[in-house]
Amino acid sequence: MGRYVIRRLLQMIPVFIGATLLIFLMVNVMGDPVAGLCGERQCDPATAAQLKREFGLDKPVWRQYLTYMGNVFTGDFGTAFNGQKVTELMGTAFPVTIRLTVVAIVLEIVLGIALGVLTGLRRGRPVDTGVLLLTLVVISVPTFVTGLLLQLLLGVEWGWIKPSVSAYATVDELIVPGLVLASVSLAYVTRLTRTSLAENRRADYVRTAIAKGLPRRRVVVRHLLRNSLIPVVTFIGTDVGALMGGAIVTERIFNIHGVGYQLYQGILRQNTQTVVGFVTVLVLVFLAANLLVDLLYAVLDPRIRYA
Amino acid sequence: MRTATHATWAACAVAAALAATACGGGGGGGDKAVLTSSWGDPQNPLEPADTNEVQGGKVLDMIFRGLKRYDPETGEAKNMLAERIETRDSRNFTVTVRDGWTFSNGEKVTARSFVDAWNYGASLRNNQKNAYFFAYIDGYDKVHPEDGSKQSADTLSGLKVTGERTFTIRLGQTFSTFPDTLGYPAFAPLPRAFFDDHDAWLRKPVGNGPYTIRSYAKGALMGLRKRDDYPGADKARNGGVDLIVYTDNNTAYTDLMSGNLDLVDDIPAAQLKNVRTDLPGRYLNEPAGILQTLAFPHYDKDWSGSGSEKVRTGLSMAIDREQITKTIFRKTRTPATDWTSPVLGADGGYRAGLCGDACEYHPKEAKKLIEEGGGLPGGQVKITYNADTGSHKEWVDAVCNSVNNALDDDRACVGNPVGTFADFRSRIGDRKMSGPFRAGWQMDYPLIQNFLQPLYYTNASSNDGKWSSEEFDALVDRANGETDTATAVGLFQQAEAVVRDDMAAIPLWYQNGSAGYSDRLSNVRLNPFSVPVYDQITVG
Amino acid sequence: MPEQPYEPERAVAGTGMGGQMDLAASEATTVEEAPGGPSGGPSGGPEGTGPREKARSLWSDAWHDLRRNPVFLGSALVILFLVVIAVRPSLIASGNPLQCDLARAQDGSRSGHPFGFDGQGCDVYTRTVHGARTSVTVGVLATLGVALLGSVLGGLAGFFGGVWDAVLSRITDIFFAIPVVLGGLVLLSVVTSNTVWPVIGFMVLLGWPQISRIARGSVITAKQHDYVQAARALGASDARLLLRHIAPNAVAPVIVVATIALGTYISLEATLSYLGVGLKPPTVSWGIDISAASPYIRNAPHALLWPSGALAITVLAFIMLGDAVRDALDPKLR
Repeated sequence: MGRYVIRRLLQMIPVFIGATLLIFLMVNVMGDPVAGLCGERQCDPATAAQLKREFGLDKPVWRQYLTYMGNVFTGDFGTAFNGQKVTELMGTAFPVTIRLTVVAIVLEIVLGIALGVLTGLRRGRPVDTGVLLLTLVVISVPTFVTGLLLQLLLGVEWGWIKPSVSAYATVDELIVPGLVLASVSLAYVTRLTRTSLAENRRADYVRTAIAKGLPRRRVVVRHLLRNSLIPVVTFIGTDVGALMGGAIVTERIFNIHGVGYQLYQGILRQNTQTVVGFVTVLVLVFLAANLLVDLLYAVLDPRIRYA
Repeated sequence: MRTATHATWAACAVAAALAATACGGGGGGGDKAVLTSSWGDPQNPLEPADTNEVQGGKVLDMIFRGLKRYDPETGEAKNMLAERIETRDSRNFTVTVRDGWTFSNGEKVTARSFVDAWNYGASLRNNQKNAYFFAYIDGYDKVHPEDGSKQSADTLSGLKVTGERTFTIRLGQTFSTFPDTLGYPAFAPLPRAFFDDHDAWLRKPVGNGPYTIRSYAKGALMGLRKRDDYPGADKARNGGVDLIVYTDNNTAYTDLMSGNLDLVDDIPAAQLKNVRTDLPGRYLNEPAGILQTLAFPHYDKDWSGSGSEKVRTGLSMAIDREQITKTIFRKTRTPATDWTSPVLGADGGYRAGLCGDACEYHPKEAKKLIEEGGGLPGGQVKITYNADTGSHKEWVDAVCNSVNNALDDDRACVGNPVGTFADFRSRIGDRKMSGPFRAGWQMDYPLIQNFLQPLYYTNASSNDGKWSSEEFDALVDRANGETDTATAVGLFQQAEAVVRDDMAAIPLWYQNGSAGYSDRLSNVRLNPFSVPVYDQITVG
Repeated sequence: MPEQPYEPERAVAGTGMGGQMDLAASEATTVEEAPGGPSGGPSGGPEGTGPREKARSLWSDAWHDLRRNPVFLGSALVILFLVVIAVRPSLIASGNPLQCDLARAQDGSRSGHPFGFDGQGCDVYTRTVHGARTSVTVGVLATLGVALLGSVLGGLAGFFGGVWDAVLSRITDIFFAIPVVLGGLVLLSVVTSNTVWPVIGFMVLLGWPQISRIARGSVITAKQHDYVQAARALGASDARLLLRHIAPNAVAPVIVVATIALGTYISLEATLSYLGVGLKPPTVSWGIDISAASPYIRNAPHALLWPSGALAITVLAFIMLGDAVRDALDPKLR
């Protein structure tokens, strides 16, 4: 177990280098960021050249990458075009997004698994159909629209929440945005749980448990659910990173200045420093989440062992 | 009322978060005379000579006052810090700065405050994106060599401090309306603190305007407060302004509707249909100095040959501007009939109808003209635009539908989005455009010169289509040398006619500024740059 | 159904033995179950009775079930209909989806235009019908590509473990790290062709890691099952183990995720268009229409409702189809 974890941690190094290199190259391929800095006019050539020199864009890509990585290892993630340190941007963006992601994941786990269990045990009943229809709505109506509608109804019509999230971004403010963010994933979690449950319902150990006269609740939670959770846990694990970096739409609607927003801005403005910095941290989050998921496999299914 | 208490609580939370204001007890609520307003994150650091977009400009307009100031209503350039600006030959100017002005940190505003600031802005070393504004001043080529070679001087030889409150400007050529350009924020004075501790200044800029910056959380919020010792006549009539960064103007609008925000100066197009019922009597739609055009790649042989002007004119006549401005923009834009803007006024050079029939919708004639001109190059035009800012897709699609209907061909015109603004600008810079592309021009200062010279003069900085006409260039040169304003304007209009005759770019519409505000505010108005005149707003 | 009567018996028998939670006993169960159960196999069901004359593989068993399943038939019909209008939209919508008159923008329905008009004054009905081709092609092909690539790579990683798993999983991680917006702007902005292929290719390229991780997790679980251990003990080859024993038991989560993802790919196409790198006009698609109508939801909800509705029905059909196929593949439910 311990050795397994250490091995996995060591594997993070090549992934880290591979991913940063890939992202670095991708941002570079996008072209010349300086062209977009002067508004609806041509930057004068002298200033443009000077800016490129300052951002190190006049050097070959591999030199840029090496310089960048060298700086990263000393904790310097560079500077965004508006003069802000990338570490400073991260310092404000990540705490907000982490809170938002936690809210979304908790909702996914609690609501998604509850609905999944409910529908999985009552396949074909009205509850099942009702949840399926809800799932469809969530999938076919873009987050953009669900977000706007919730904002209008809860924020303006009924006045239950503030339509936008303050610079504080406290957890209670993030519940509705978290729900919107989690909505599509909720659909996945619900249906995954439902299917898994239905599949394992007839498994031998469940019959045994029932035959032993265990209470239904105990059977469902201890035996059935535990064995059905592997695909669900896998999905949620992969979702952590996706939620953190992909909350662009939700963050925009509710005016949250988080990672999704900064990443999006960085990409549109082709700011290598911002994009690579943020993605680097996201990669680390992915890796950690994946490791956690793999360890959870062994907890959920004792037959799975890691040497 | 639930909404109302919520709003106050929100304002307090934000304020508390940034330790800006103390929230009063009792009835709750922050500083009652402070209003909240939507804002966008400025793209560049807030240095006057480095700020080239509206959001940064908004702040500069509140914390700085220059030699001149454009009248918020008429746009006329009036003396502000300048006691007088004298010239005999339209080339050598003597400026006298008014006495009694100070920066908010107590430092006196002197002639040197201006000269140092301008030298800083012009110097290549400082990467100021508005450096070209100083290009008219003698010695610019030394401090900002165009080829990027090492600059051979640190200061502009055309600027000389002659007394505590006087300095002289020598231009490289005659330019009669030069003093009128001095209201542009790039010409603002800077305190010594700017040079002594630049980083600290950037964290919390200090200026000489009616507001001071109390707190600045980059990317989130800026708290501006009224400056009590402000010496000017345009003292703020409210306690201050909290600018809150919104990434989506629709969210700001929703916040305004729910009483969470006081002022939104950019109403999303999709909400324009409801704005009069959502905000009864609290909606502004006023002309601004912004013109949208379609530019053409005149370097491409398809668009430079003889007859191509007929195709361009034909395309212009195939666009139903009335319908598009009515349906898509809900009259927040007005069909363009010349290449300037109504905010200039007739005396300033705006001439309605200069474009004539060519800017009206005549589908039959359009079809005929395009055929006469040899048809659309390749049978199809693609209108290129950038997809990341400003929701251009809708009007481009509408323009294309209009063209297609006029030409009776489904695929005569299609929109061609480009992912990022930088990529869009790169393609323009690299001359890679093959058909018409979106061009927008927001004036820097309300002069007809600013609508023509930067856009159509040979190799000018915003001449994206690389259009070139000796006749036009000669007329502009003559107009700039003219000391009489009326004569100069007349010459500029002649130059504009040259643009028209070749249909160098298709004028689409004049853009208005639009804004909505809460019932706490009164005296809200927009200036000709579509920015709210904050100092005149009263709260409560 | 003929095999119903004996099914519970076998199941009960299985319960009895597995109930001790004893590895040896479970193995015994699965030795019996493996040939007749999930794998089918040439020996067929040992207890095979009358109606089952010749041995049937798992897949033909499944097909046998599906033909009688109303849910399957219903969803298959819907999908068939979608395919028909994707191929020949003019069968039910004779209008021209590119014919738009701004004067009618956002108008409601009227005779001849049952769904009303969108923000550009185009007929929503015609555009919804004509949008099926692009949207269904993108949705189905992207899903197939992602499911295939993802389950093959994920399956291999999960089955072989060790170095294979380490290498494949870490590659998955790297691909996971690419933000969609960045990937789209970089990979698709260089493409000039206005066909669905680059978009589908892009979705497969960025979409497979998700399925891959799910498939890997499923295979890791399925690998531990007693019948798999038993089959391995009996000397089954890796390929046989994977295809016959593990795949049918690991496929369920993949089907679930893939059928939902189908809908999200149709929407993703719109996001890409919105970013300016996806399909461009004159292409007509639900995604493009949905994203164009979204801001106007307060004034012209119908322009959003119909293409979203079409998308919902498509997703529903595929979810139901997936459900039915999954059930048919699951011997325990039979």
